[in-house]
Amino acid sequence: MLEVIRHDIIIVGGGAAGLRAAIAAVEADPDVSVAMVSKVYPMRSHTVSAEGGAAAVARSDDNLEMHGFDTVKGSDFLGDQDVIQFFVEEAPKELTLLEHWGCPWSRNEDGTVATRAFGGMSTKRTWYAADKVGFHMLHTLFQHSMRFDRIVRYDEQFVTKLVVDGGAVRGVAALDVREGAVRLILGRAVILATGGAGKIFPFTTNGNIKTGDGMALAYREGVPLKDMEFVQYHPTGLPGTGILITEATRGEGGYVKNNEDERFLVTRDYGVGTKAELGPRDMISRAIVQEIEAGRGFEGPYGAYVHLDLTHLGEAKIDERLPMVRELAKLYAGVDPVHEAIPIRPVVHYMMGGVDTDIDGATTLPGLYAAGEVACVSLNGANRLGSNSLTECLVFGARAGRHAVGFAKGVHAANENACRGQAEEEAARIASLRGKKGAEKLAPIREEMRSTMESGCGVYREQASMDETVRALAELRRRFEDVSLEDASVVFNTELVTALELDNMLEVAETLAVSAAHRKESRGAHTRKDHVARDDQNYLYHTLCHRDPTGHRVDKKAVTLGTWEPEERKY
Amino acid sequence: MSDQKKTFVVTRFDPDKDDAPRQDTYEVPVEPQWKVLDALNYIKDEIDGTLSHRWSCRMAVCGSCGMMVNGVPSLTCKDPLSNYGDRVEVAPLANFPVVRDLVVELDGFMNKLESVKPWVLTAKQRAVEEGTYRQSPAELEQFRHFSMCINCMLCYSACPVVANEPEFLGPAAIALGHRYNLDSRDEGNRERNEIFRGEGTVFSCSYANECSEVCPKHVDPAAAVNQAKFGAVIDWATSFVVPRREKE
Repeated sequence: MLEVIRHDIIIVGGGAAGLRAAIAAVEADPDVSVAMVSKVYPMRSHTVSAEGGAAAVARSDDNLEMHGFDTVKGSDFLGDQDVIQFFVEEAPKELTLLEHWGCPWSRNEDGTVATRAFGGMSTKRTWYAADKVGFHMLHTLFQHSMRFDRIVRYDEQFVTKLVVDGGAVRGVAALDVREGAVRLILGRAVILATGGAGKIFPFTTNGNIKTGDGMALAYREGVPLKDMEFVQYHPTGLPGTGILITEATRGEGGYVKNNEDERFLVTRDYGVGTKAELGPRDMISRAIVQEIEAGRGFEGPYGAYVHLDLTHLGEAKIDERLPMVRELAKLYAGVDPVHEAIPIRPVVHYMMGGVDTDIDGATTLPGLYAAGEVACVSLNGANRLGSNSLTECLVFGARAGRHAVGFAKGVHAANENACRGQAEEEAARIASLRGKKGAEKLAPIREEMRSTMESGCGVYREQASMDETVRALAELRRRFEDVSLEDASVVFNTELVTALELDNMLEVAETLAVSAAHRKESRGAHTRKDHVARDDQNYLYHTLCHRDPTGHRVDKKAVTLGTWEPEERKY
Repeated sequence: MSDQKKTFVVTRFDPDKDDAPRQDTYEVPVEPQWKVLDALNYIKDEIDGTLSHRWSCRMAVCGSCGMMVNGVPSLTCKDPLSNYGDRVEVAPLANFPVVRDLVVELDGFMNKLESVKPWVLTAKQRAVEEGTYRQSPAELEQFRHFSMCINCMLCYSACPVVANEPEFLGPAAIALGHRYNLDSRDEGNRERNEIFRGEGTVFSCSYANECSEVCPKHVDPAAAVNQAKFGAVIDWATSFVVPRREKE
């Protein structure tokens, strides 16, 4: 018997964006009830792994115009300027709210909140709590959310389908991982806050849970994914594991060096000018790849790398500002950064693209909202600036929460009979997957997907390899249909969850490769060897990837300009 | 792939099939730099897809992958395999109901955490327009390390009191409640101290210090529990002699 639960707002995902949306929703309306549905306990969400900080104007030598222009320029002029204006205005308010809620921001001697330098930012505007900012923000939001009885948590419940009736989203079907049952959760609006999809790549900072679930859910219901070709490589990941070493290492004065002990971002022309190590991420990642290709990297068991040198910062500063970096480098690279350089190489970190939303977080499907990394509200364009994304989760999580409440007030409650059938079908589909017989194994399909994503959609791209990746993904999709699952059990069947996640990842990977193959220019993080220049004449637009009966179709969407005219991006 | 192999003896339990936990044994080729979690993921991908365990960040911050390794609570993504010999026993965290295999139920902890009111309590809500509070680095230092708890549950697994008194609030929840008591922005001491004296009282703690010894983030919950005991007593005693005063 299918269990049916009713709430007003259903939030899928319990990281920074989802929690902020939940709090905004219950504060916007004293009667609203919120379901917080997450496939993990919320404090396990990947926000927890963010390290360096959150951006918002705080100092007297800074202003909103500067933060806005830095963000537009960082985006390679593909960010929507109305979105960016709103973002920089709201950012200081949101970080202040988090301070009121207990976030242990690091402080100046006078008790004001301290800020640090970050890549592509023209002054110190990144708020931080040592180098565990995502962790502290997540736990602050989660603990603060506990004071609201009207936020009802559904922990370890994996949403596998959006329920749509009468042209609007009416709820979700969710697999209770612990019990094995599928539930129908009905509401008046749904907010996706499931984060990114880094696990479609082999080498990523992302945790195991970042499988693009929300993107796939929306896409299957006809909502386009926007700007999927733009994948951020973070310049400094540990070889082998891909564990993130924060940009704050460079914000605090760290150097990037090649095997000649040369600070190549200073000595050679990689477009970052006097910013040197504090250039934007896309440019620094390209510079590192070029240094390695020129033979100036180090060889290691996990491929070539360069050095991140913090030794000149001294033990006291490293322990005060970068304690987690020291811990991670010792634990996972066997290196103490007080005494030795850290081996690093570019690593997949963040999806600029995602579910197409407007400035309110609304998608093209009435009642469906999205915020945070799962969404593409077009704050980040072709390249995100470090420390803008944690703030983005707050600013647009809150806005989506408020607008979802406004939308919910104007619609009738869902028709249970119309929705029940969809959830029952979903329950039957999931039941048929348990212990399903087939000829293929999960792990090889997943690893081959990751491998072809790196070869086709890595730091440098070209037409033939992207086309090959599109073809390889279609083949992997066919093989996935014949996958065999060993585990037929009901309770906490993680093999089943892994299969559903792989289904989502394959969907997202295809949209990414198709969108990348479409864009025949180099802009921001999308860098092509066969089209090396930015082409505003032909490509100053967002891509929208749609699901068609025949496959994936790429459309155009205009970029909102108006304040800052596109110009050559040089630092 | 490395030539070195280790034997993993993993506790298994499926409530639909098993009356009691059983053990499965796996031979795993291990790499020198592997953590315990890497071996479990290898088993899952290459040997036995039915093994269930939780993990995500693999960088010791999400708190998902706590388990017993050779009888001791361990954050498995942080715990090098080189710490162990040829035979490694992996079991679910002690002192929790087991859902399946290496997965335990955390609902009890979630309720305890909520019960200590882990949020900033103030008589009047501060407006955004008033800006941030001033908090000196010294004031931050008062509570900072108690805010580092990743909720990995190793401390509950190690705690001899939790084993005997399941209603005991436990190390992490007390540390996180106490963390707000020590925060200069908070005015909720009296409310929380009443909770600390109530059911699941902080006074159950026998100061075995096991919690602090297993904490992978050096939160030192034992210190928090003992400071909380002291605060709860002082608060109770002074309530008889002087009118109530919250923090300035």
